[in-house]
Amino acid sequence: MTTAALGALDALDRQRRRRQSVALGVLAAGLVSAVLTGLGVGAVGIAPLQCLAILGHALGLPLPWTYEPVQESVLLSIRLPRVVLGVLTGASLAISGAALQALFRNPLADPGLIGISNGAGLAAAGAIVLAPPALAAAFGGFLLPLAAFGGALLATIVVYRVATRDGRTEVATLLLAGIALNAIAAAGIGLLIFLSTDQQLRDLNFWLLGSLGGTTWRALLPVIPCVVAPVAALAMLSGPLNALLLGESEAGHLGVPVERIKQAVVALVALSVGAGVALTGIIAFVGLVVPHLLRLAIGPDHRVVLPGSILLGATLMLVADLLARTVVVPAELPVGILTSCVGGPFFLWLLMRRRGLASW
Amino acid sequence: MSLTVRHLSVARSGVSILHDVSLSLDPGRLLAVIGPNGAGKSTLLHAMADGADGAVTLDSTAVEQLPRRELAQRRAVLPQAATLAFPFSVLDVVLLGRAPHAGRSSRARDLRIADAALGATHTRHLAHRRYPSLSGGERQRVQLARALAQIWADPDGDDAPACLLLDEPTNNLDLAHQHAVLATARAFCDAGNGVLAILHDPNLASQYADDIAILADGRLQRTGPPADILTASTIAETFGVVADVVPHPQLGHPVVIASGAAGAASFLPDSGAAP
Repeated sequence: MTTAALGALDALDRQRRRRQSVALGVLAAGLVSAVLTGLGVGAVGIAPLQCLAILGHALGLPLPWTYEPVQESVLLSIRLPRVVLGVLTGASLAISGAALQALFRNPLADPGLIGISNGAGLAAAGAIVLAPPALAAAFGGFLLPLAAFGGALLATIVVYRVATRDGRTEVATLLLAGIALNAIAAAGIGLLIFLSTDQQLRDLNFWLLGSLGGTTWRALLPVIPCVVAPVAALAMLSGPLNALLLGESEAGHLGVPVERIKQAVVALVALSVGAGVALTGIIAFVGLVVPHLLRLAIGPDHRVVLPGSILLGATLMLVADLLARTVVVPAELPVGILTSCVGGPFFLWLLMRRRGLASW
Repeated sequence: MSLTVRHLSVARSGVSILHDVSLSLDPGRLLAVIGPNGAGKSTLLHAMADGADGAVTLDSTAVEQLPRRELAQRRAVLPQAATLAFPFSVLDVVLLGRAPHAGRSSRARDLRIADAALGATHTRHLAHRRYPSLSGGERQRVQLARALAQIWADPDGDDAPACLLLDEPTNNLDLAHQHAVLATARAFCDAGNGVLAILHDPNLASQYADDIAILADGRLQRTGPPADILTASTIAETFGVVADVVPHPQLGHPVVIASGAAGAASFLPDSGAAP
């Protein structure tokens, strides 16, 4: 009996692992295709193999496919930074959403919904409008990411303090706190718009709607480590986050240093979301939608939800950006509008579903 | 290996919850803590689980000074009500109990222990089910399996005896499952581990525990074998209930048969005052 039962458990466990590996493989393949499509589609078309050849050439790796010089310069100086930014922000928003949902033990948490992105946005807008040129010069490209990080951190701490009591987070309070923070941030941003010069206004507007466009390597490079490091660190927290889903004291009884993990998640989410927001503006709902899709497909295990969020978040962001820059050619939609168009209804659907079914 | 409480006092916002409580949870013993609502039973359990300013020691080391992981390998806690809204499979939930052993224990060993814990709680047939789809009683047993898996001594391992702390494990369970859960706890205890269970039903305590501790108003009133503790006078004193205590016809342990709250008439309209 025991051996037969053990065999059944072993099969069950193997099946789970196999499904998880297959899912991650599919997601990785999806991301690669999205990257190649994102690099190739536009006014100057570049075939996938040509993309590989250009990238190979830039890395000193000769590949047999030919391409035009204009394709090379378009890819390397316009499309590649844009795609890199899309991958970074998509990955950071999605894994941040997944980590926050585990932290709040609530599947409705999202960096945009609960005010973290707007907190970062307000601080970054403040930096754009109010920072004296000397300060901006002193910090170089790091001023915006740092300001956004500060704003994101403050917003996360406020939301956590308001919505969590005795280790339990009330959904309603969480969302209401998010509404309040978003309102405060919107008022602050409005005030900054009122104060800003014409040039600043254009910068602000472009940026508030959320867009991956106009990225340059110069702006992007300082942000890369600010996103990659916290995303990688979050991805290593799958064990503690799984335990946290049982409850804070239960996780503590399993040997998880709960307070340290909570602080780490808050700081890492604020850093990666803040850094992303500094360049793209506010892009909502990616952090809500991506972990949900993953849980629906492959279950709540963070050992696959976290890496899966990185892959799927990056992919969806690239797809959204692709749509944003192709549907109204030659103009370009801000990608934040697009994600909200999809994410808003998705969120409503989630709420309705939760009314019928207690939780998932 | 004993979990010992010495002169434990706990106060919250100036209100004393536990006052000078001392007791010991020893290997191979099942200690039941009974007492009225608000007596401080859960506070006692949490202090024993997480330590309280040196008053709780595991083999003479203050619990809060043990490395978290080491502590988690040697004591597990079954919470009163576990809320898990995310759709893990039952097997995954039980394997979460193996988290403190990550890196030290192989996958094969974890699975063997999960299987044993599922077997001990009669939940093998649920292994593939999603946790949120289970009934309350099934969830409670799966959580017990998780707690058991956390400190299970595998024959191949070098695990020392462990402590299991159960916070009202029979809550929301039907009669059969109440007995099944306590029989599981009893068997775990007979394997050389110490088990503490907070119980509401003195008869379950009487049947399964080696010792009963009565906690009331934050003070430990008495501790001892069921036959010494469960008397009509202690029941009246502790719970304010008029009761007869008779030996169980088959098993011999004392059984409390309550006949009503002492002064229950005070809940009814005073007949003398009626017009």
